[in-house]
Amino acid sequence: MELKESILELIRKAATDLSPDVEKALNDAYNKEGEGTPAKNVMGTILENVHMAREQSTPMCQDTGSLVFYIDFPVGESEAKYREAALWAAKEGTAKQYLRPNAVDPLTAKNSGNNVGVNAPYFHFHQWDKDEVRIRLMLKGGGSENVGAQYKLPHPPIKAGRDLKGVRKLVIDAVVKAQGQGCSPGIIGVGIGGGRDISYALSKEQFFRKIGERHPMKELADLEVQLLEDLNKLEIGPMGFGGKSTILDVFIDSQSRHPASYIVSVSYTCWAFRRKTMTIKNGEVSYD
Amino acid sequence: MIKLKTPISEQEIRKLKVGDTVLLSGTVVTGRDEAHKLMVEQKPDFIREALKEAVIYHCGPVVKKLDNGKWIFVSAGPTTSSREEPFQADVVCEYNIRGVIGKGGMGDKTAEGLKRCGAVYFHAVGGAGTLIANSVKEVKTVYKLEEFGTPEAFWVIEVEDFPVVVTMDANGGSLHKEIKEKSEKIANELMGI
Repeated sequence: MELKESILELIRKAATDLSPDVEKALNDAYNKEGEGTPAKNVMGTILENVHMAREQSTPMCQDTGSLVFYIDFPVGESEAKYREAALWAAKEGTAKQYLRPNAVDPLTAKNSGNNVGVNAPYFHFHQWDKDEVRIRLMLKGGGSENVGAQYKLPHPPIKAGRDLKGVRKLVIDAVVKAQGQGCSPGIIGVGIGGGRDISYALSKEQFFRKIGERHPMKELADLEVQLLEDLNKLEIGPMGFGGKSTILDVFIDSQSRHPASYIVSVSYTCWAFRRKTMTIKNGEVSYD
Repeated sequence: MIKLKTPISEQEIRKLKVGDTVLLSGTVVTGRDEAHKLMVEQKPDFIREALKEAVIYHCGPVVKKLDNGKWIFVSAGPTTSSREEPFQADVVCEYNIRGVIGKGGMGDKTAEGLKRCGAVYFHAVGGAGTLIANSVKEVKTVYKLEEFGTPEAFWVIEVEDFPVVVTMDANGGSLHKEIKEKSEKIANELMGI
């Protein structure tokens, strides 16, 4: 298969075939909700929808999101090759209805109709020393993007100071403000430190971790576990109808900060948590 | 499970209460930000007949045009309704709408409009795009497709057994308000403030 066609298949899989770790988490959430509750009903509908989308090869959610590519490629290769193939795949994926046209010009309000525009799709390129190519794709929904939040510590309204206790408070604050608007049960990515742009970038890249995958640093892993417990006590529940499952997992990472700044970013993704990885090694393409 | 079919009378809609599960059939019109802005600013007549005693749906679908020129819905879940908060009450009353389908719920201004003009807010399952598209039996027509683009156009559709939950009723009840107040209280306890 040509590169561009392999990327088209990556897009199709991301939009229509929910990853097993997420599906398992949704199943667990379904089992936790009480019989006959709106929450149980919603989780049942979500699971049925996931199965239907996979069988019919149609987008599980009509908001197929913004396309964000993270491409790692070997030394000596050009970015252009990957960019061109991905742009072709985005256009073709739109024509095949794997994707809804989601690139709108803010000045004219015109939709490009094919998901290609200025910084759309967006690319994070990284040259690495491995003899293989890794293309990761996230389809980031707009509703959940709107409930993401960035804070600088200290944050007096909730008495959040410059430490992990402060970080815990503002993640709770962001999730309670989001209510069901981000299509709960959602997944939370947290980036601690860095400037405003790279703080958000760090929080979002966490979404490539698998559900249940804890951070190698004990302090952050403990905070992830603590927050997962805290957030599910809020009883916002699926779609904000009330219930036990508000958040499926919390992924945190940290990076150096400027002495004067303590920026924390909270990214939210809906239950339709669409990210897939494609690897090309010795001419063989595999997907995860 | 309550079954409802458009046209829906004011009397029927006022009987619904928060928490009711409904299977909706009949005429539904999609409308998002551009559509609501237009309906408030220009009050166009082309959509009046389709909306009368029917339902508006906050949705930007994935669609497919068949060789015979007919459209079909491929994926069509709800979008976040709160963006239409400034417009919704006026649109419901102006066009005699009986139901608003969306996700995430709406605010006090809409709640007041629903009560005053006799309509409810139906919550659909966010993200359930394929499942909901399967309940769309026919795309009757589309308005403003060229000007607004696929997600923002007015798609007039015929649905059968579209699953929704009443989360704001015509008597001022709102599940969203209840959950918000309760969860804020728990959050404050967790944060120790």
